[in-house]
This record gives sequence, C-alpha cells and structure tokens, in this order.
Amino acid sequence: MLVSLNWLNKYVDISNMSPEELAERITKSGIEVDRIEYIGEANPDVVVGYVETCEKHPDADKLNVCQVDVGQDEALQIVCGAPNVAKGQKVIVAKPGATLPGDMKIKKVKLRGVESNGMICSLQELGIDEKYIPSEYADGIYVFPDDVTVGERIEPLLNMDDVVLEFDLTPNRADSLSMLGVAYEVAAILDQPLHLPEVSINEIDEEADQQVKVNVEATDLCPYYGAFIVKNVEIKPSPLWMQHYLIAAGIRPINNVVDITNYVLLEYGQPLHAFDYDRLNSKEILVRRANDAEKIVTLDDVERQLTNDDLVITNGEKPIALAGVMGGANTEVHDGTTNILLEAAFFDPGSVRKTVKKTGLRSEASTRFEKGVDPNRVREAGQRACQLLEKYANGKVFRGVVEYDRLDRSEKTVMIHTDEINKRLGSEMTSEEIADILRKLRFEYKQEEKQFTVQVPTRRGDISIFEDMLEEVARIYGYDNLPFTLPKHFSQVGTLTKRQQLMRKMKTYLQSAGLMEARTYSLTKEVYASRFISPEIQARNPYPISVQKPMTEDHQYLRLSLVPELLKSMAYNKARNEYNLAFYEMGNIFISDEEKITKQPNEEMRISGALTGEWVDHKWQGANQSVDFFVVKGILEGLFHYLQLPVEYKASELPQMHPGRCATIYMNNEPIGFLGQVHPLVQIEMDLKETYVFDLNGEAILDAHTHHATYDPIPKYPSIERDIAFILDQDVLAGDVKSLIEKLGSPLVKEVQIFDVYSGEHLPEGKKSVAYHLVYQDPNKTLKDDEVEESFKQIIDQVNKTFNAYVRS
Amino acid sequence: MKEKLEAIRKEALAKIKDIEEMKSLQDLRVAYLGKKGSITSVLRGMGKLAKEERPIIGEMANKVREAITSSIEEKQAKLEKDAMDKQLQEEAIDVTLPGRPVQVGGPHLFTHIVQEIEDLFIGMGFEVREGPQVETDYYNFEALNLPQNHPARDMQDSFYITNELLLRTHTSPVQARTMKAYKGEKPVKMICPGVVYRRDHDDATHSHQFNQIEGLYVDKDVRMSDLKGILNLFAKKMFGEEREIRLRPSFFPFTEPSVEMDISCKVCSQKGCSVCKQTGWIEVLGGGMVHPRVLEMAGYDPNVYTGFAFGMGTDRIAMLKYGVNDIRQFYMNDKRFVTQYHQA
Repeated sequence: MLVSLNWLNKYVDISNMSPEELAERITKSGIEVDRIEYIGEANPDVVVGYVETCEKHPDADKLNVCQVDVGQDEALQIVCGAPNVAKGQKVIVAKPGATLPGDMKIKKVKLRGVESNGMICSLQELGIDEKYIPSEYADGIYVFPDDVTVGERIEPLLNMDDVVLEFDLTPNRADSLSMLGVAYEVAAILDQPLHLPEVSINEIDEEADQQVKVNVEATDLCPYYGAFIVKNVEIKPSPLWMQHYLIAAGIRPINNVVDITNYVLLEYGQPLHAFDYDRLNSKEILVRRANDAEKIVTLDDVERQLTNDDLVITNGEKPIALAGVMGGANTEVHDGTTNILLEAAFFDPGSVRKTVKKTGLRSEASTRFEKGVDPNRVREAGQRACQLLEKYANGKVFRGVVEYDRLDRSEKTVMIHTDEINKRLGSEMTSEEIADILRKLRFEYKQEEKQFTVQVPTRRGDISIFEDMLEEVARIYGYDNLPFTLPKHFSQVGTLTKRQQLMRKMKTYLQSAGLMEARTYSLTKEVYASRFISPEIQARNPYPISVQKPMTEDHQYLRLSLVPELLKSMAYNKARNEYNLAFYEMGNIFISDEEKITKQPNEEMRISGALTGEWVDHKWQGANQSVDFFVVKGILEGLFHYLQLPVEYKASELPQMHPGRCATIYMNNEPIGFLGQVHPLVQIEMDLKETYVFDLNGEAILDAHTHHATYDPIPKYPSIERDIAFILDQDVLAGDVKSLIEKLGSPLVKEVQIFDVYSGEHLPEGKKSVAYHLVYQDPNKTLKDDEVEESFKQIIDQVNKTFNAYVRS
Repeated sequence: MKEKLEAIRKEALAKIKDIEEMKSLQDLRVAYLGKKGSITSVLRGMGKLAKEERPIIGEMANKVREAITSSIEEKQAKLEKDAMDKQLQEEAIDVTLPGRPVQVGGPHLFTHIVQEIEDLFIGMGFEVREGPQVETDYYNFEALNLPQNHPARDMQDSFYITNELLLRTHTSPVQARTMKAYKGEKPVKMICPGVVYRRDHDDATHSHQFNQIEGLYVDKDVRMSDLKGILNLFAKKMFGEEREIRLRPSFFPFTEPSVEMDISCKVCSQKGCSVCKQTGWIEVLGGGMVHPRVLEMAGYDPNVYTGFAFGMGTDRIAMLKYGVNDIRQFYMNDKRFVTQYHQA
C-alpha cells in the first residue's frame, strides 16, 4: 500500500511532523513502513507559464520559438522542440537557474541562433515515472488545465511536494488497504481528530430501479450487490489533484470515470466497477456461478474459460464481468460512454481467491476482495463515487441503489478486563488508560469499572477474540512500554538428550579427526536419488520421493544418501582449484516403502563423508600422504573405538563404488554403512579426482551406543609381547588371520596389531608376508613364559593350518 | 725433587693449555697422574729423602697432583662444552620453515550458532526437540491456526509431496507436536532447530532450503513481558551486550499478540546504513503469545495456560552475525568459505 501524505493530511492533520517521524510511529505501532519516497524536490524556478505566441524557428523545422508569460514583467523567449506545444497553452516552465532531475541545469542559451531563456518541460523531465504519465502527454510537454495561475510554483499543482510511505501490510491488516483505514490508524497513534469525507448527492428525480433489476443466484458468494445508475456522463480527464493522488498511489490516470472508481477504491478500500449501461443489452444484472465451459473476454482482451467455481456478473444471459477480479471487454467504459451502471458489491473472499489463483489476475480490486471488504462501507463507497461522478463527470445520478442485500453488518463484541490485560501483558495499566486507548481507536465500548464491553467496528475484521483486543491495546499502549520480566515459574532443568549429546560428540570427534562439516540440500536430482544408497537401506527397497512442483530438476527428489550432494560439493571445490578436501555431514534421508506415498516417510540420520587429495600436505619434507582407503578407514575405526562399538569390514561390490576398494561395515552382523573409493567412471562423470566416501547409519549407531563410562583398572602385571610374520597366499585376508589370532589368543591376547605387509623380492610369486604384533596380559597375575609360549605355538599352528601359511624366518 | 715436581707442574699445565681434543687430555692424564705417570715416578724417589723432608715433598706432590687434576677437569669441562656447542650449532634449524600441518576440521557455521543458542536456552531450563521434515498439512498449517484458504498461506509457498504431505515450511509444527506429546498436562519449554523448505528461487538472499530455530514456553501465568525479558537476554548474549532490542506489533496466525524483534544496527551505530535499510534497526525474529486456538488444538486449556513462542532464521542470524552476504554459501561448502569460520 502506497500512502500519499498529502492525501492522508486531508483526513488527519500530520502537517506538524516529518515523514520520517511519522513512519517510525506507524512502524512501532504495527504497520511496517518499508520506504519513504519524496516525489519531487522543491524547485522555486519551475513555474506555470502561458504560451503567448508560438512561431516556427527560422532555421529548424522541429523547433518552435515561444513567448511565454511566467508572471514576470517580461515574457520569456523559449525555444521548444515538443511536437504538442501551441499558443494559448499553460505549461511547465523551468526558468534559467532551475535544476531538473539528473542534474540538468537550465541556462540562457542560443539554439540555432535564437535565444532561449528556459525550458518548457514534459513530466518525464520533472522525474515522474513514465508509467504514471497520461498517454496524451507521453511524447510531449505537459499542458495544465486553464484554471491554474501563471507564475505559480508547480510542486503543489503536480503534487511534487508529496511524500509517499510504502506500507508492508501483514495479511490481517486489510483495514489499512484504504486511505480511510490508514487515517483511522494514524489518528489513533497520534491521537488526532479525524475528518471523514462528507457524502451527499443531488439525485435526479428518476428511480434507479426503473433502469435495472438486480438478482443474485449465488447468494453464498455474493451477499450484497448494489447497482447505481449515472447517466449523461462526460468522459474527460479527472481533476489534477485526483490524478496526482492516483499517481502517488501507483495507479495511472485514465479518464474521469475510471479514475473515480480507482480513487474510491483507494479511499474506501471498496473496489467498484463501472459498466457501460448501454452496452449491457439488457436491464438486468444476474450474479451467478459460471457454467462449466462458459467463456468471457476480459478487459485485457483475453478469452477465459470459466468453471462452476467462478462467480460471474451477467446481463441475465452472458457474463459481463468476472466478479471482483476483472470486467468484461463487451461492457467496458470507453470514450463514447454516456450512461453508467456502477457496481458496489461484497464478494466472498474465498471465491475471489480461487479465481485469482486460477487466472493469475491479481489486481488492486481482487486483493481487497480476497482479504474481505468492510460490509459497512460498500454502499457508501458507491455513493461516494456517484458524488464524484456528479461533480467531475457532470453525471446525473438516479435516485436510490438497486440492490440485493443479505449482508451481515453486525459488529462483534469483545469483553476485556483491566486485570486480565495486565496479567497477560505483565503491565500495570489503569482502566482509564485502557478507556483512553479505546477512544483513540474509535471503538465504542461500555465500561463497568474494570470490565469493558467493546464493539469492534466492521472495518477491523481482524479482531474477534480477547487476544486480538489484547494486541490492540498493547500496540497502542506501546510494546516499548511493557516491562522486561522473567517467567514466574521457571524451575525445570534443561538438558540435551543422550541422543543429542552423542550427536554433538560424534561431530566433535569427526572434526578433531580433520573433517570439515558440510551442509547440503535434501532435495536432489532424480539420478542422484538412487545413488550411493547404503546396503541396509537398499535392502528395504525404498521409493524415491518427489515434490510435486520442484523449482528446478536439480532439487526435485528427497535424498536417500548424503553422498551424491557431498560429491557435488567436492566438484564445486575442484572447479575452484581446491583439491584437498575432507567433508562430513550429518543429516536425514527419507525412506518410503510406498510406491505412491500416503504417509510420512521414515527420516533417518546418516553420517557421511567424502575425502580427496592430500591428507597430509607437507611438500618440503616430502611427507605427503594422499587420501586413500586406509585414511578413511582409520577415521572410522577411530570413531567406532571412541563409541566403543565393535564393527567388521567386509569387502563388497556396491554400485557407483570401485569394486576392489569398497567395504561394507557390519555391526552385530548387520550392515550399517560402507566406505571406499568412488568408481572411476562416476568420478569422471562428476568431474572428480580420486575420491573416497563413507556413509554410516546414524540411527543404528545411536541405538547401539550404550553409555557406559566405567573405569578399567590399569594392569598391575607386566605384559609380554610377541611378533610373528606369516607367509600367506595373496588372496588371504589379513583381517581374517587377525580375527583367528584374536579368537585363539583369548583371553590372554589383549591386542593384535598388523605392523608389516610385504610382497615382492625374496618371496615366492603369489605370496605375501604379513607381520603381527601380539600383546599378552593377565590382569590377575604375572604371566609365565611357558604359558605364553604354549598359546603362541597354538596360534602359529592353527594359522598355518587354516590359511596354508608358514612362518617367515 | 722440589724442582722436579715444580717442572712437572709447569710442563703439565702448559700442555693442558694447548690441548684441543679430549683424547689428548686423557693421554695427558695418564702420562702425568697414572700409575706410570711422571708424578708417581718422582715419588718413587722419596725413599732417598730425609725423613723430615718426606711430608713436605709429599704435600707438595699432592698439591701438584691437585693442580694438574683440576686443570684437566677444567679443560675437560671446556672441551665438553665446546663439543656441545658445536653439536648444537650443527643441529640448528631454520625456524621460519613451516611446521608439519595438522589436518584440522571444524563445524559448519550453523552448528556454531545452533549450539550457542541451544546452550543458552538449556541454561534457562529449555529442552531441545526435533520433528520430521516431511510434515502433514495438519501439523504444518492447521494445528497452527492456518486453515485451508487462510490468507496467510499466501506467505508460504510450499513444496507439497501429496495434498496431505509437504516439506515443512517452518519449524513451528514441532510446537504443536511437543504440546500434543505433553497432553496438556505439564509446562512445555522447548526450542527446536531444524531444516525447513519454501518454494523460492535460490539467490543471494533466498534459498529453497534454510534453517530455523523456534522456541516455545507454555505454562501458567506466562506474560508478554516474559517474552520481552527472554528475548532481551537472548539478543544480548547472541549479538552483544551493547545491542538494544525493539519489539513491534506484527502478525502471525499462530500468535496473538504477535511481535517482531529488531536489534540495533551495529554497522552504523543506528545512524542508518544499507544493512539496516536506513532505519537503524535490523529485524531478527518473530514471535508472540501463543494463539488460544493453537493451545486448544494441542490439548491445552487457554483459560489455564498461556505461553509465548518465537522463531528465527538460522541462516539470517548467521549472515547478520558473521557478515555473510550470500545465503548459498551455507550449502556450497566452498572450502575457502568453510575454513574461515572454524575459529568462529
């Protein structure tokens, strides 16, 4: 909503305060003022001039030499290039010394040898936006009506001394979609008297109901329809002040009839529509639902197909307007129009909203209908328009209004009590203060001591319950005036849940392990929605979930893995010459087992990561370590050790993964994720270098983690260490041998480490040597050598037997 | 004999003085003080001396021995020190060469902010709740007093999956879910951080995915001044003690009265700048007193319980607090961006 302060000043005196101060007061009371716009700057050297003579320039076809009276002793000679300049016009003259927008300084000059002492201006040259300039002056100078005074400054005439406030209205404040509503608001905030327009019409001695009948069939969608008849109107420009107020409000002036309906729309918040009475081709207005497949050509010359959901105004047969949205082309007011049927109606907000949504025709009118107009202002707005048509279009207004009227105009009653208000706000207001606030708001009320029975005016459709009045009282009282308090009962203990604590711990671990936390989008593209899905998720046959109206194909499907979008981030970085990357993300995936989704999907937390490039980047001592499978595995082993959860890694071939460098991770024999290198072909496709990823089932980890923090005593007895290297076939897994050693060594073997893996020279083809470091310990006594020897020998024998191995000497 | 001893002393001390190596010093020690050394051989001739002379010569011999010994020790210490100095000098490094890098990770900026806010509210007795991102229309809208066709649904263009399911447009459904879970029987004090979605085109200030943190306190005797008090505490802890807060009336379907909170602009010290759009104030969050219909629908009797709720955009808070000027940075994971904030 754009609010002209000159216009507003007609209803409330705001002349003694700066626009900035007013904007601040309004903002603090609940309507945010987004912008303050000064329409023009004071310019005393721009005045009204009278073109006394206008002759062709002797040396230039397109120029005229004018003698212009600007109210000084002598007329100014001005050379003018505008095509529409003519003798006898009253025009805008910038005298020498004036500065126009764009820092154009007006000086005495010679144009092709002829002296020119100023400039005759167009509206554009004064800085007025082209879209608000009446079409007749679009390509030339502006011409005033005759009644302006020569030599007068033009700012007031062109409303250039106006300031416009742009309101950012919340959806509830439909009342402020009208100048009168704004006036009520400002009068309440400033505690100023309010001057409302006086509506009086000199109706002619003929009855409107002889001219037209009004019937409403869709009574649920149109509880009020009023038709006014105004004949013999003279189509011409509307008065300047009206044009300028429309311009300030962002509406382009057209002609007096259209301008008047727009003016009243802005003043009362009530949209009106003027039909060319003679084009109705009937003496009837019938408001009904459209028939399916019925058509109408609207004012914008578009043929629109209607449905039974749309409300239409008809001439008894054919639609002549889309109710509250747009008029029909066939009954449009035009230059030759003389007789008018003026509609003032109340249309159901929901119905208008539906039609607007379908057609996309959102306008100043439909916006107001959608939010609900004031039932007590509908008829008056029609009368106001008639008054203006009488005055500014010489119209003859027929007596009365032809109407269908089932409109509920009753006011709501809300009870408020001083004590309850103070209890809810934490304030200490007196009943007198509350009464004063109601007076400022111009709400009627009955008071019995601390109890108020408030009649809420229908213009404030947003107020219906106690809490609404509470806000009303609080905002006029001033939110700033409420105290700062802490709640009375504030004794509970707040903690993170175990789950939340554990999630924080895991983040801390992953970060200390060198990973940066990433956040990626949940919505991904179709092909990514089926990639890098962990085996235990894939086993549940999830259906990818698509949103109905994606913004782009890149963000259409809910993710089933965090890995694809993480890889996208890797590629994004690589494209910016960042090659050493280590990211992790904790986030949800969305699993539905329904092909056609009907219920909320399972949202399950994953812990995923992607790494590439140098892990240790230390070039000058030749100590670089590139990211490889074992860097990633080391991080995960550390995580599971930190969480005290035993897991196993088994070689696996997963889609999109390098078949020889991928492992599925098992906990209690169930898969809970995977790690490995991205398949080289996928790396190429996604423009990645050698990249490793991991993906863990956060839910399984959170569920399995038991929070036991008991202390294990530090062993009192010395440990005994043994090293052994086995020669194994290449395809024997080092981990399998380790597992067997652990099993055989239990309970005395506390730790088994692999410390060397070798194949090549000195070993037979197809063999490798793997060396293990064993730590024996008994918590209860000092181990004896022969105890250890016995166990060690058994381990060697069994490993040799099981894996066809032998000890490397 | 005296002369002999004196000559030995002189000779030995002179030699020690010239010695440069430890080995020579050891040899010298043997040559003069050893069993076959010079002094011993002189003392062997003691028997030829007069009885009364013997102690004198003995004492003198001891003095010479001591003098040589102490001189050797002195020299030894010096040589050791020289050797150490030499070694240390050889071991010197160029301390301006870079250290061995430690691979350092770090949290996302959102994690910083969310944990800071969580900790602040946990300190005031709040719990942290979570809720589903794919929500039902009921919890996302209706339970929050946004029935079908409510004009305020205009403000929320949503990603629907079916007519009943959508990606939540705010974290507010968690309010309704938490109240339902508490069955109208006990106070609710919670905050909920989370991801939300709206159908916006991604640009510098809009993102189809963003984050919110929502707070709710429902109890007996909760007043609007309590909301002011809590928000004031929050704003000062989060943005600095010197910041002022201002509450303005606003509108949300799920609160009445509703507020919007501004904090004073620190960029321009409230003189007006582009960050605060010349107003001196920056909008940071919305809130209000929980609408009685919302309480009622969640099973709380609005005649017994009142409450306040507030919500803010995590992304927006992050942008304000750290001066980030493009919201997409939070989701691109540009290394040059994320590594800047690890110490935040």
